[in-house]
Amino acid sequence: MIKRNKKEWLIVTFHTTAAAFQMESTAKNIGLKGRLIPVPREISAGCGLAWRDEKDKQDEIKKCLENIEYEKLVLLTL
Amino acid sequence: MIYLDNAATSFPKPSFVKQAVIDAMDNIGSDGRGAHEMTLRASRIVYSTRQNIAKLFNADAMRVCFTLNATMALNTAILGLISKNDHVITSVQEHNSVLRPLYKTGADLTFLPIDEKGNVKIDMLKDSIKTNTKAVILSHVSNVTGNVIDIKYVGQFCKQHNLYFIVDAAQSAGVFDIDMKEMNISVLCFTGHKGLLGVQGTGGLCVAENIEINPLVVGGSGVHSFSEAHPKEYPTRLEAGTLNAHSLAGLNASVQWLNENGLANLREKETNLARLFYNELCKIPQIKVYGDLLAKNHGAIVSINIEDEDAGMISDALYEDFGICTRAGAHCAPLIHKAFRTEKQGMVRFSFSHQNTEDEVIKTIEAIKQLVI
Repeated sequence: MIKRNKKEWLIVTFHTTAAAFQMESTAKNIGLKGRLIPVPREISAGCGLAWRDEKDKQDEIKKCLENIEYEKLVLLTL
Repeated sequence: MIYLDNAATSFPKPSFVKQAVIDAMDNIGSDGRGAHEMTLRASRIVYSTRQNIAKLFNADAMRVCFTLNATMALNTAILGLISKNDHVITSVQEHNSVLRPLYKTGADLTFLPIDEKGNVKIDMLKDSIKTNTKAVILSHVSNVTGNVIDIKYVGQFCKQHNLYFIVDAAQSAGVFDIDMKEMNISVLCFTGHKGLLGVQGTGGLCVAENIEINPLVVGGSGVHSFSEAHPKEYPTRLEAGTLNAHSLAGLNASVQWLNENGLANLREKETNLARLFYNELCKIPQIKVYGDLLAKNHGAIVSINIEDEDAGMISDALYEDFGICTRAGAHCAPLIHKAFRTEKQGMVRFSFSHQNTEDEVIKTIEAIKQLVI
């Protein structure tokens, strides 16, 4: 175990790195404060990067994902 | 920020590399396309780069072929020499840039295993040979453990058994001495932006005498425009389309600098930093280190885990809380993770360069101590 404050996050995974950066660009355009993180091992994903954001941002995230080919959208404690 | 991801790409790039790229953008045209001064300048830079690479690896300058990166060089070598009726000996430490082209050939593959320290069991080469064995393909330095393979020994073995020897030098070029002729290397695949200190989008393969690689890409060559077939002569044989001459100008400057200064001092500095890091890590009981860090030759790569913690989360915490850049995950080398049983956990990789400092190593150790419960 490492020392880190854990909380529940919304996590989006992608098939490709390009899609992860499509997400970052789209999310920043609508003012989301999330960021790209290494994919947590609980999720197996094609791309090694995942989008991590506050769980109350579900609606905004889903709106971003309307035009993005993503893999999974899950809630995860990290 | 502390940059410990030099196995991904070296950072920062030397000022003389940046200047060479800028000068090229100010002064050159396109290599091999026309005879005006602008194209001639581009061609001179490209030729000078071939000469400097040839000097570094004791290769033939006219058989130094440029590609975008080591992956494209390896694809060119593997897909251009191996067919499905062949047998190839490789190892579990290989990167996907070796594994995926090999799988694509449909050839029969033997994977040399590793021991508990991650050293490839090259003593099993002889027992692995079959009647249709065509090549041995190995990475000189593992991108996960930093372990070094004795390629001189393997080269001699290949010579005795009349096998091609293809070397993935992605992690070793510019760090360890490589002599193509002395080491009997058939094809040496390198990237320009790691140990060679150049710009991304540069790399290549040095091809030994009498090795005829079927080209992966054909097209514009600037010569024999009315021939339906791409020229057979090296280096044009493996170079189709306009070369990245601007970036090659940067690579030319860095390799010339390496040739003038030698590799030994740079290597000693980064190896000492990796050893210092390793020795300090050994004092933290929760840390597991992968690789043979105390071997006589070892790359400046240290991969670790903290108990059973997700490597990605450790890497993220190191960056978010301490500004330390590392790489986590599988490092595109799936079979070595299976061997170490770290497929799910991954590893956190710290990779040093001669540009890092002891102070950065100590700060990183302090950060890890703060993370560990």
